[in-house]
Amino acid sequence: MLFRIKAIAKKEIKQLLRDKRMMFVLFFFPVFLLVIFGYAVNYDVQNVRLAVLDNDKTSLSREFVNGISSSSYFKIVETYNRNQRTKEILDNGIAKGVLIIPKYFSREIYKAKETVKIQFLLDGVDGNSALIIQNYSNAAVQTFNKKLLSEAYAKAGIKNNYPVDLVPRYWFNPNLETTVYLIPGLIALILIVTVVITVSLSLVREKERGTIEQINVSSLTEIELIIGKLIPYVIISFLSSAMVLAASFVLFSVVVKGSYLLLFFTIFLFLIASTALGIFISVVSDSQQVAFSIATFASMLPATILSGFIFPIESMPVIIQISTNITPARYFIVALRDIIIKGVGLSAFWEQWVYLLIFAFFFLAASTIINKKKILEA
Amino acid sequence: MRTILHIIRKEFLQLKRDPKMFAIVLIAPVIQLIFLGYAVNTDVEKVPTVIFDQNRTVSSRDLLQKFSGNRYFEFVDQVDNYNDFQSLIESGEAWLGIVIPYDFEKSIERNETTELQAIFDGSDGNKASIIAGYLQKLITDYSVELLDLKMKKYGKFQTPISTVEPEIRAWYNPELETRVYMVPGIVGLLLSVITLILTSLAIVKERELGTLEQIIVTPIKPTQLIIGKLIPFAILGFVAVTVVLIAMTFIFDLPPRGSTPLLLTSTLLYTLSTLGLGLFVSTISKTQQQAMMLAIFVVLLPMIFLSGFAFPIENMPQVIQGITYAIPLRYFMTIIRGIILKGIGVSELWFELSMLLAMGVFVLILSSLRFRKRMD
Repeated sequence: MLFRIKAIAKKEIKQLLRDKRMMFVLFFFPVFLLVIFGYAVNYDVQNVRLAVLDNDKTSLSREFVNGISSSSYFKIVETYNRNQRTKEILDNGIAKGVLIIPKYFSREIYKAKETVKIQFLLDGVDGNSALIIQNYSNAAVQTFNKKLLSEAYAKAGIKNNYPVDLVPRYWFNPNLETTVYLIPGLIALILIVTVVITVSLSLVREKERGTIEQINVSSLTEIELIIGKLIPYVIISFLSSAMVLAASFVLFSVVVKGSYLLLFFTIFLFLIASTALGIFISVVSDSQQVAFSIATFASMLPATILSGFIFPIESMPVIIQISTNITPARYFIVALRDIIIKGVGLSAFWEQWVYLLIFAFFFLAASTIINKKKILEA
Repeated sequence: MRTILHIIRKEFLQLKRDPKMFAIVLIAPVIQLIFLGYAVNTDVEKVPTVIFDQNRTVSSRDLLQKFSGNRYFEFVDQVDNYNDFQSLIESGEAWLGIVIPYDFEKSIERNETTELQAIFDGSDGNKASIIAGYLQKLITDYSVELLDLKMKKYGKFQTPISTVEPEIRAWYNPELETRVYMVPGIVGLLLSVITLILTSLAIVKERELGTLEQIIVTPIKPTQLIIGKLIPFAILGFVAVTVVLIAMTFIFDLPPRGSTPLLLTSTLLYTLSTLGLGLFVSTISKTQQQAMMLAIFVVLLPMIFLSGFAFPIENMPQVIQGITYAIPLRYFMTIIRGIILKGIGVSELWFELSMLLAMGVFVLILSSLRFRKRMD
């Protein structure tokens, strides 16, 4: 049996090596994507462009504006005087936010009757950034308030310290770098797309060309065929993953905190699950074009959107959460994050391994059943 | 002219013969749209929190009351030792852990500043900083309340000064729903997938099957062939976009605030670039598999990440921001979001529109030239 598997594997490898463009894509582009990804992708919002309409123009209002501009949160790109300009600024995207200080700002503060309201108008199109900018606005105002209060108390001779100070600590990722969180998802995306597409196409191509008939009449069993065909892709996938991890280390200082052995097995299980999906697609497709379309929509889009890669699964409605089970990347990413970012052991994510195996069995079984049905029909 | 029409008819006939393709091309976008519209949500609420209250006094319970009333936080557990505290965070059951120091109440009574430790699961940096923002506001409000109470106790005078309160309003998307940002972007995304990948595949398929050679020997001019082959996919793309827009209006309640004709014109301009790129990919691929791999990894994925679809361009390093100017999808994203969400028009978008036109024409001409060379 091993002999026949080796024969198929060697044939696949030879075919693959002959295809220089594929080799290029399979090896170079994962790292290329990582680079783009790592540098471009960033939820950290800094230097938010802000425009200021100061209707008060007193030393206190100027102090407030200065406080905001000196923080790294905001960058004041324009100060203006006509209220009509506000709409122009936001519509044209000249600034992401506008700060409007009311006319009697200073006077009202010293009157000490009620809280004084100022307006922050934000470009809400990008909800996530707007949320963060909202937090910044709150934080900036509170810093100012704190200063106001302590100065006022000091002048009045009362000792009144700010009662509660928050001391935040960020575990696993002290600098809150977004890159490290996205790396497992990136690996998942690259692997699943590569494996699902190449496996489904490779099998469908043989079906189209009719060479599958030749294989059917040989003494090769289905399992041997599948394993033999997969071996080159599995090897390449491992190499791809290794390269992505190495590049992440070199460029972004991402270190695998957990066990490499667990990492290896997790990737291996994921490859099996993806392969099962690829086989299923090849069974239900009659042509390469169909196989490719299904493979793309079934692998790339769910892996990007439903897997927890970018958008957290916890925030999704329950129905959608259930549907995230159509992509094995979902389980893979959880396990990978646990290993790479948190450095915890198998006890934390063993369920993901089980899910991956169940996924693989389900699709392999489905493929076998449908395949037999099709052969009977033909 | 008639030749072109014939070629177009032939393409459509070929497509019709393959109903699965049709279904995937038209239905899949809508399904994806529905999923994306609902799945995509970076809003943070009901954060699972674990409490380690070392003080256990009226004051500390008072503080904890503030949390339970707050919709951003949800208590998962209250522990009495650090090990349990740690393992809840490590296992991911809690995203946030609060430690109230043992001398909390005494510190407050003595007018000293006490430190409240907050441990965040920093794996998702974005989420962590949003949670930190909410927590900070909660604590600050609480502190101000305490100060106020103290002042009243003194009885001598009121707070000597007013504080500032920010009134924050988000334009275009008042509820800050993430999907409002994402769903219009999906139009661009799906359009790219359809017009770029399907185009390159269709052409390469003919090369693979050998039928392209047969066309070369006919008196059909290369230009006619190119136009004839590209138009069907442009039409398909248009249909898909229209379907998506209808879905957006009725399913997501996101009717375009701006001009729909302008939207469709922009779609046309953008399609010029993607068709050109699809054509280009077809000239450098020998097999369909290659074309697909190239189209996805070299063209599509970078375009998705650098276009502002999921990750705002403002947050990227300057160098990368410069690179994004070369990506047609970037302009299309701005236009789409601008028209649908902001309701702006040509006067604000003229730059993006001209860039799309220029890039589209440029890419098409370049790819056509290359295609013609290869045919001769």
